[in-house]
Amino acid sequence: MEDGKIPGALHLYVGQEAVAVGVMAHLSNADQITSTHRGHGHVIAKGGEFSPMFAELYGKATGYCKGKGGSMHISNMALGILGANGIVGGGPPIAMGAAFSNKFRKTKQVSVTFFGDGASNEGSFHEAANMAALYQLPCVFVCENNGFGEYTAQTNHQAVTDVADRAAGYGMPGVVVDGMDVMAVYEAAEAAVERARSGQGPTLLECKTYRYYDHVGVRGMGLTYRTDEEVEAWKARDAIESFEALLIKQGVSTKKKIENVYARVNEEILEGVAFAESSPFPTEEDLLQDVYFVGAAS
Amino acid sequence: MSEAIKDQPRVLPYVSAITEAVQQVLKEQDNAFVAGEDVGQAGSVFGYYQGLLAEFGDRRIVDTPISEKGIIGLGVGAAATGCRPILDVMFMDFLGECMDEVANQMAKMRFMFGGGATLPITVLTMAGAGMNLAAQHSQSWEAWLAHLPGVKVVMPSNAYDAKGLIIAAARDDNPVFVVLNKMSLAMPAEVPEHMYEVPIGTSAIVRPGTNFTILAIGRMVHEALAAAKTLEALGVDCEVIDVRSIQPFDSATAVTSIEKTHRALIVHEAVRFGGFGGEIVAQLQEEAFDYLDAPIARVGAPFSPVPYSPALEKVYIPNADNIVAEVKKVLGL
Repeated sequence: MEDGKIPGALHLYVGQEAVAVGVMAHLSNADQITSTHRGHGHVIAKGGEFSPMFAELYGKATGYCKGKGGSMHISNMALGILGANGIVGGGPPIAMGAAFSNKFRKTKQVSVTFFGDGASNEGSFHEAANMAALYQLPCVFVCENNGFGEYTAQTNHQAVTDVADRAAGYGMPGVVVDGMDVMAVYEAAEAAVERARSGQGPTLLECKTYRYYDHVGVRGMGLTYRTDEEVEAWKARDAIESFEALLIKQGVSTKKKIENVYARVNEEILEGVAFAESSPFPTEEDLLQDVYFVGAAS
Repeated sequence: MSEAIKDQPRVLPYVSAITEAVQQVLKEQDNAFVAGEDVGQAGSVFGYYQGLLAEFGDRRIVDTPISEKGIIGLGVGAAATGCRPILDVMFMDFLGECMDEVANQMAKMRFMFGGGATLPITVLTMAGAGMNLAAQHSQSWEAWLAHLPGVKVVMPSNAYDAKGLIIAAARDDNPVFVVLNKMSLAMPAEVPEHMYEVPIGTSAIVRPGTNFTILAIGRMVHEALAAAKTLEALGVDCEVIDVRSIQPFDSATAVTSIEKTHRALIVHEAVRFGGFGGEIVAQLQEEAFDYLDAPIARVGAPFSPVPYSPALEKVYIPNADNIVAEVKKVLGL
């Protein structure tokens, strides 16, 4: 981004990984999600591949959205990704609609909407939550409470400490979980997804987490709206590092095996970046494609 | 019953044409449903879903909370995942409650996803003044919608077009807004019983004429026809075009008419300033400049919110007299 290869705005997910991973472990490709402006982690955890993802970030024709969406609108219908969203609170009504469709079509699909503490102040969240509970839809509301709505701390943007308290207002369970603990998220999400899939309605699952980088861009430290000490304190509880320690402690994995995973993932990332860099940009002829569906009406 | 007998001309009011269109669409499309405020138990505050809950049940006629963001969001999510929702926004004025879901989600999703999502959504919504419903239940916001790449916008002026445009909208794989008019609900017209489409993007010549073109949108078609009658007595033979579809807009029919008449006026109920008439004027001066013998005139509401008092609303809504006066001004009569 700093070298200008990735244009526009990029909101990094780093620090919040346990949420996407812990929830998505219970979803198949058929299940749907709506993501946020901070959605790269959701794409990867839902089964997205690095090459079309990076190509989309680069604005290339080979990207998930042919370069027309970018970071804030990355989507893939085959993977059930109904879009990242540049509008805070844009996702919940759409996920509620997908859940309505799942029930209407009598499938066993579940939809999950990820949103932040900031979005929990948008009317769209409240309308979607009320309707999901009213119709007992197979929907899970996952609040990634990273403590900030853009640059405003949670204590300055809402009077509640737990967004999950708001669930009571809609007649659905509200659950608070440590969003830096992937196993805790996994277990809480299992119950919420199972509840949705079995027709018992939605759950609001609040995961307390933290973003290591700034609201937008690649800076993390030396910022005025939060202290470096606060960032360091959250990093000391890093979800990936603590999960690695747990795996080693329980004898499930070894330091060596984990290093191999890093090496493999790094290779995949580099392949993805190389793919993106070598891919062509969309052409002027592509501009007016996909504004409307054009073809035989169904 | 043979087709011939089935299609005996019938006269239906606008409101019943809407009901029949929705009913036939629900029978034709298993994945279609209606969602909106008071659509089920109440059968719509305008009465056009009467009987549909009894016929189709609450799985397909879905009463919603008063939550326009939720209604549009429900439709977007459901359409992207295999349904064909018919959404009801009771008064067009309420679009203010859900303009993000309309403008930033519904209109753009297909494009933002690189063509990945298809959104076959029909939105029925009620526009228009004339019932003393005041500033927040009487507006005509069609220009706002037409400015959004990704949606289509139609405005039926009569029962025949209402049925045909709703069916065309429901069969279209794009979001289509069908902007209805509350003063037209009781207005009768011949409406065939069978399913038919009025093609989106086509206007209709509702009165052929030779020396003045009037392009009218929505209910103003009837005011234009009344004006044409008055003007006929003054020796002005008006061709009246019912625009019907404003996005896409059928400029070809208008240009062909102006090639013959050399003069044109646009009338809509919306506020004149920034109204869709301005777009039509711009397109016609680009495409028909050489045929024009006079500047294109516009009739629309004054730049004011819709007033409540009957005394004020009467002078606010454009009418045949305004059209006649404007045409006479253009002709120097």
